[in-house]
Formats: sequence, C-alpha cells, structure tokens
Amino acid sequence: MTGINLVPIHAYLVVSVLLFAIGLVGVFSRRNAIAVLLGIELMLNAANINFVAFWRYGGGVQMEGQVFAVAVITVAAAEAAIALAIVLNVFRRFKTINIDQINLMKG
Amino acid sequence: MVLGGFELFLIPGLPFVAFVLIAAFLLKRGEKAAPFVLIAALTGSLVITIQALASIAGGKPISVSLPWLQVGGLSLDLGVLLDHLSGLMMITVCTVSLLVQVYSIGYMKGEIGYGRYFAYMSLFSGSMLGLVIADNIVQTYIFWELVGICSYLLIGFWYRRPSAAAAAKKAFVVTRFGDLGFLTAILILSFQKPAVFGFDQLSHSIRLMGPGVVTAVALLIFSGAVGKSAQFPLHIWLPDAMEGPTPVSALIHAATMVAAGVYLVARAYFIFAAAPAALLVVAIIGTATLFFAATMGVAENDIKRVLAYSTISQLGYMMMALGVGGYTAGVFHLTTHAFFKALLFLTAGSVIHSVHSNDMWQMGGLGKRMPITAFTCLIGALALAGIFPLSGFWSKDEILTAAWYSHLPGHQIIFVVALAGVVMTAFYMFRLWFLTFCGEPRSEQAEHAHESPWVMAVPLLILATLAVIAGGLKLHIPWTTGGIGEMIRFGDEKETVSVFIIGLSLVVSLLGIGVAWAAYRANLISPAAFNARFPGLHRLLKNAWYFNRAWELFATRVVLAGARMAAWFDRHVVNGMVDGVAWLAGWAGRRLRVAQTGQMQFYALVFIFALVAGLVVVFGRGQSLLSLVMRP
Repeated sequence: MTGINLVPIHAYLVVSVLLFAIGLVGVFSRRNAIAVLLGIELMLNAANINFVAFWRYGGGVQMEGQVFAVAVITVAAAEAAIALAIVLNVFRRFKTINIDQINLMKG
Repeated sequence: MVLGGFELFLIPGLPFVAFVLIAAFLLKRGEKAAPFVLIAALTGSLVITIQALASIAGGKPISVSLPWLQVGGLSLDLGVLLDHLSGLMMITVCTVSLLVQVYSIGYMKGEIGYGRYFAYMSLFSGSMLGLVIADNIVQTYIFWELVGICSYLLIGFWYRRPSAAAAAKKAFVVTRFGDLGFLTAILILSFQKPAVFGFDQLSHSIRLMGPGVVTAVALLIFSGAVGKSAQFPLHIWLPDAMEGPTPVSALIHAATMVAAGVYLVARAYFIFAAAPAALLVVAIIGTATLFFAATMGVAENDIKRVLAYSTISQLGYMMMALGVGGYTAGVFHLTTHAFFKALLFLTAGSVIHSVHSNDMWQMGGLGKRMPITAFTCLIGALALAGIFPLSGFWSKDEILTAAWYSHLPGHQIIFVVALAGVVMTAFYMFRLWFLTFCGEPRSEQAEHAHESPWVMAVPLLILATLAVIAGGLKLHIPWTTGGIGEMIRFGDEKETVSVFIIGLSLVVSLLGIGVAWAAYRANLISPAAFNARFPGLHRLLKNAWYFNRAWELFATRVVLAGARMAAWFDRHVVNGMVDGVAWLAGWAGRRLRVAQTGQMQFYALVFIFALVAGLVVVFGRGQSLLSLVMRP
C-alpha cells in the first residue's frame, strides 16, 4: 500500500485529464465517425482512471470504484457494438462515414 | 274576473292559436276556412277585453304576471296589464282587425297564398295584442319585434314582385334601425339597481335614477318609436310598405302597428315626463313629421301613398301631442285615427280592386259607379280633415289645444305648424277624393268600375259609422265610467276648451277643402300652372324632399365609408396583430435555425461548453472542484 502512496493522486488526475482532453479533441475534430467513437472510448477510460484513483485514495474500504470501472467497461463494450452498428447503417445510407456530410438535421 | 285575471292571457293567445291552426291545417286545403278561424279568435279576444274592461270600470287596473326567467339578479316576468289605456287600444285593435279580416275575405279572394295571408294576419293580431297588453318593457320588445316581422312578411306578401320584396326589406331594416335604440334602453335599465322592467315598478324606480340616465332611456325608447311609427327621419319605409295588400296597409300600416310607437311612448310616459328634454325632442320630431309628411302627401299621385303620407303625418300629430303634454289628446287621436284611416285604406282598396291601378289619374268619376265606397271615403276624408262633428274633429282639436296651452318653449311655433298641417291634410284628402270619385273617368277600367261585393262594403259601412261616432269617446268610453279625459290621463293634465282654437281649426280645414275643390273639381286654379310656376317646389315635394336620396347617400357614403374603415381596421389592425404574432414566430425561427447546423460535433461542443459554464456557475465560488472531493 505504501509504495503506491508515493505516487500522489494528482498524477493520476493529470493522466486522466490528459486522456479525457485527447478524447474530447478527437470527438470534436475528427471527421471519421469511427475516430469519434475512439475519442469517446478514451474519455470513458479517463473516467475509469478517476474511479479507481479516487477509490484508492478515498479510503478504499469497499469496492465501489472498481465495480464502477468494470461497469463502465461493460457499458463501453455495449456502446461500441451499438455505435459501430449505427456507423455501418450510416455508411449504407450515405456511402460515407464523414460526419460533416451527415447533416440531415440542418435547420 | 273568472280566472283571477289569467283569462287575459287569452286575448293575445286566441289569435296565436288561430295562427297555429291555420299554419298547421289550413294553408293549402281548406284555406277557405282560414279567415273564419281568425275571426272567431278575434271575436273571443274582443269579448274577453270588453268583459275585463267592464270589470275594472274606472277602478284599479288588473295586472297578472308569471315568473318566466331568472338570470342572476334579473328576473323577467310574463305578464298582462289591463288598464284603460291598454283596454281601449285592444278594443281598437280587435275591432279594426276583425273588420279588416272580413273585408279581406272579399279582397284576397282567389289570391295565391290565401291561407298564408290569414296565417300571417293571425300572427300579427296576436303579436299586436301581446304588445299592447304586456306589463313589462321586455315583453313589449318581444312582441314589438314580432309585429315587425309580421309587417315584413305581409308587405312582401306578393314576394314574386321585386318591388314588394325590396319594400319589405326596407321596412324591416329601417325599423330595426330604431329598434336598436329600444333594445339599448332595455339594456341600460337592466344595469340599474334594482333592475326592474315592469311598467308599474319602473314608474317607481325611475325616480331613483339620475336625470341623465332617464333622459337617455327616454330618448332610446323614443328612437324605437320613431322607427315603428315612421317618424321623421325614419319615415321613408312606410310609403314603400304600400306594396303589400291594401287590407294589410289598413290594419298594420295605418291603424295598429305604426301606432305602436305612439302607444309605447304613452305606455312609458312616466319616463318621458321625468325627462323634459326628451319630451321636447318628441314634440319637435312629431311636429317635423306631421309637416313634412303632409307636404309630401300633397304632390303624390298614388292613392295608397297619399294615405301613407297622411298616416305618417297623423302619427306625427300624435307624437307631437304626447310631446307637448297632451297625453289624452295623443291617445284619443290614436284611437279615432285607427278607425278613419283604416276606413280610408279599405275604400282605397275597394277602388284599386275595381280599377286595378293605384294611380289617381287613372280614376275619376267613380262616385256614380261605386256609391258606397265613395260615400264612406267621404266620411273618412271629412273625419281626417277634422270637420265637425266627425271623430277627427274632436281629437285633432284636442291636439291643437294641447299644443297651444303647452308649457314647452316654442309651443306657438308647434301650434302654427300643426295648423298648417291641418290645411294640407284637408287639401290632400279632398284632392284624393275629387280625383278619384268626381269628374269623368280617365281610363278604361274606371269606366267599367263597379261596386265591391258586400263582404267588403259592410266593413266599410261599419268603420264609417265608427269614424263618425268615435269622437264620443270624449264623453264616454264604452264599458267604463267616464270619458277619455278622465279615464286615460297622466298626472294633473287639465282639459281646456277654447272656442277660438275650435273655430280656427275648422276654418283652416275648410280652407284646405276649398282649395282642393277649386283646383281639382271646379278648375278655378290650375295645379299644372302652379307647378309650372314653382318647378323647384313641385320637384321637391314630388321627390318627398329627397329623403330617400339622402338616406341612400347616407347609406352609400357615410355607412359604407364607416364600414370600409371598420374593414380596414379589421384587415390591418386586428388581422395584422394575428399575422404579426405569426411573423414574429417565423422570424425568430429563421434567426434560431442557424443554431441547428446538423453538425453533431457542433452540438457536442455546445453541450460541453454549456456543462462547463454550468459547473462554473454552480461551484465557482472560490472552491475548486477538487477541494470539494478532497475534503477529508
């Protein structure tokens, strides 16, 4: 336990923030729908790091943080499956997965 | 009273029953029986009226009312009020109506719609009696409109004739114009505290109202009377109403319905008495009416239209009498006029029936061919001209006396104008009589004219008798205990007798007859030369002072301009506001749609920034997010 304590929580949080920011930028800037999905995955994992880090430094008596992280991974897997299915259908419909060109909802 | 006064409901009720019977069973088959149903009903009404009048004989009036509607604080009753005024009026209505129906059997014989005619006549008789016997002003108004619609139906009886249809519409619209005021008066009364409509209660509660309200109510009621009684300037419908069958003109447009306006003013006289300004207006309108209408009658060639103008003029006399304070005189003239004017119309109908023309220049020399008609018409003309001792003499004399002894400012002018009216009345009546019955026939039909059948002649004779003796009402109203001056009076009205006025009115009316004789019988004066001498005056009178033209201009210019303004307002302001709201929504939508780029990433960006901004606002009080979480 003590060894881990040498690494302060800020370090984990910085990693998590960086990971989240990279994911966010990916979501915002990539034009490829699959790349956007990848960005979302990064953001989910940033959240996972936070869950685990806070669990560890918040006392770590019970297993909430880890349970949540596992749950997020599960959800992420399901989400990826559904999102990829959507992307597949989008491609069939528009013959492209460039989300700039998929703007039927433009007012 | 047999049924505690409730049998009074039968007076208007019986003709209504007759109407239902005729309308349901006698319109097509068996229409020959229709007049007899109505005559039976009217006889019943007459008997009940007489019996009721005899039972009150100078005592207290009978008043019975049943609650009808209760709306909030307002309660409307359905009631009857039998006093000497309504009793006398109902006897007049029943008698004239009865005689007119008998006459109609002959006059309308073989007409298409014979049954329909008597159905309308029944409806009219019932409504008119209902109007007269009503004990509250709302009920009066209901029957007031009913007689109006009957008038419309009967003027347009020959609805295939465009002129008849137009005249019916004109009569309806013009009278409705006045009725609007009447309705407004009722609305004003309904807003008073307490809101009462019964004539009896009103006569007490009127003292509690402000003078402004009373004057407004009086003037608005009078505006209804102006429309119904064809007073200046709404008189224009009555001459056109002559498009209806002549018995209709005799009953509705001479004796009864047009007198309803006068009756209403008499019935609500306590309101007018409390508003001197309104009384002055009544007097002025009455005077203007009697004068203008008399001048129009002078230049008219249509026998029925002469009588129509004469009716307007005589109604003007009645209004004027009420206005100057001659309550008894007005009601008296109303009664005598009903008899002799109905008589005159029926004689005119008899002539038209035989000559098939309304133009007096197509007649002439009918005296020898139609002796009964000529004689009874002469009686009517003498009565109307006010020659002693016929009924018109007594009532007209009372009106002139009332005008002379009035307390109104300017009553001398009214008196002089009324006297001028007497000259013209005598002149146009005898012009009519000489042109129609004297000299040589001026047309083929007049040559072969023949006396009308007995079913028409007998009512003429009876009405002629009534026209002669109705002046006796001054001495004694049958079935009561006194003369009209005692039984029907308002306040402390005094009876004055002036030999000077009696003599003067006789002289001027003989003067009028003399001029007519000189112009149209003895050919001492040439009317054509007179017309050539004063072409402007002749044109003015011939066109009835251009009142129709004036109303037409008013309708086409002022009313249409107002309507156009209202339409503009509706189209641009009211509609514009609605359109404006729609346009605003559209404009806002067009502005806001740029936010909907359809770019999913843009949405996400907005979402994130909004989230961050929200978090900053919620937690941005100097604490970092971390410090919240890191709290030990």
